[in-house]
Amino acid sequence: MGLIQRSRVKSPWILHFDNSSCNGCDIEILACLTPLYDVERFGMVNMGNPKHADILLITGPVNMRTARVLKNLYEQVPDPKVVVCVGTCASTGGVFHNCYNVLGGVDKVIPVDVYVPGCSVRPEAIIDGVLMALQKLAKL
Amino acid sequence: MMIKQFLFVLFILVGAPIVGGLLFGIDRRITARMQGRYGPPFIQPFYDFFKLLGKEQIAVSRLQFVWIYGYLVFMIASLVFLVMKSDFLLLVFLLGFAGVCLVLGGFSTKSPYAHFGANRELMQILAYEPVLLLLAIAIYAQNGSFLISDIFRQDKPLLFTLWPLFLAVLYVLTIKMRKSPFDISTCHHGHQEIVKGVTTEYSGPYFAIYHLAEWYEIILLLGIISLFWTNPLWVGILIALAAFLLELFIDNITARMTVGWMIRLSWSVGLILGIINIAYIYYTKGVS
Repeated sequence: MGLIQRSRVKSPWILHFDNSSCNGCDIEILACLTPLYDVERFGMVNMGNPKHADILLITGPVNMRTARVLKNLYEQVPDPKVVVCVGTCASTGGVFHNCYNVLGGVDKVIPVDVYVPGCSVRPEAIIDGVLMALQKLAKL
Repeated sequence: MMIKQFLFVLFILVGAPIVGGLLFGIDRRITARMQGRYGPPFIQPFYDFFKLLGKEQIAVSRLQFVWIYGYLVFMIASLVFLVMKSDFLLLVFLLGFAGVCLVLGGFSTKSPYAHFGANRELMQILAYEPVLLLLAIAIYAQNGSFLISDIFRQDKPLLFTLWPLFLAVLYVLTIKMRKSPFDISTCHHGHQEIVKGVTTEYSGPYFAIYHLAEWYEIILLLGIISLFWTNPLWVGILIALAAFLLELFIDNITARMTVGWMIRLSWSVGLILGIINIAYIYYTKGVS
């Protein structure tokens, strides 16, 4: 593994985007930053800027309004990038799947690499999903 | 002699980013420990740097790349001035140019967030530049020259006569390191600034260049602080490292403040301390 590829695995910067989630998964993502889980020991930083991010953590089902925003954010993240769907809603649409304004899971709009199911997802599962995404990132 | 000096400068230019990056790694680890977390490894800034080098280049405006290179080049130039023991006043001006390059880089894009950050960076320059100029004037008042090599010739450390300005320079260190309470233009921690302040539009390798310039900057600032005790120099370096640790402590116990508060505090405390200090030096030495 080259120096740059090794660094990629060691320093994943995360962009968290909430489509139309109930905020359950968002709170679990924020729980990963607390002293109990502390994802910064893996070099993960929760970035507020898509241009600095490597990994997109997306929560909630995509609706008509957020589809455009999600696509825009995905295009702003520089390559190489991976997308992680956090929660059942982001993976498939969940309980909202047949709402009049919901398109379904995130994969209806942008390509998804890792699905992390759960309602809501436990922080351990989120960290596990991100590490799986990193294994994919190392091969890119 | 010339070749020896050249090699020394080259050694510093290669060594400074390594030490600067390690300092930022220590910063992240200590900050994490103060917050009850484990924290990333010490070499985390280097991982970030090499990762950013391997990312895709996205151009928002071509001019911003000129300005980010300008920021790096002026920062290196002012460090060379310090290492060559050259003119302190010119060093302050070069540091000012570097800051202006960063501001223009922010303004050269169309992003309103970058404009916000650039405006605030301008305010930061407005807050610290007068204090550094007063320091240059005080050094002149004390030694009769702006040359850093003349500071090294004095037996008595500058700290004894310039201690009020030393306190003011500690202020400048907080502003320049972009630490709380003055992390106003951009911030090291995720999710505090509006998007990412002045660095919003930089991505990939250009953001890596910004980090590199920041590593040079921290070494330059700690170098300026160590000028307060140059004989022997290791005392000055210890003082600089103590100041660095103090900054980390201040960063973790304070919240960020508004721009107006920063300018008011820096001008009222910094400028008054500086002017009283210079007046006192001229009062004791007499104006020649």
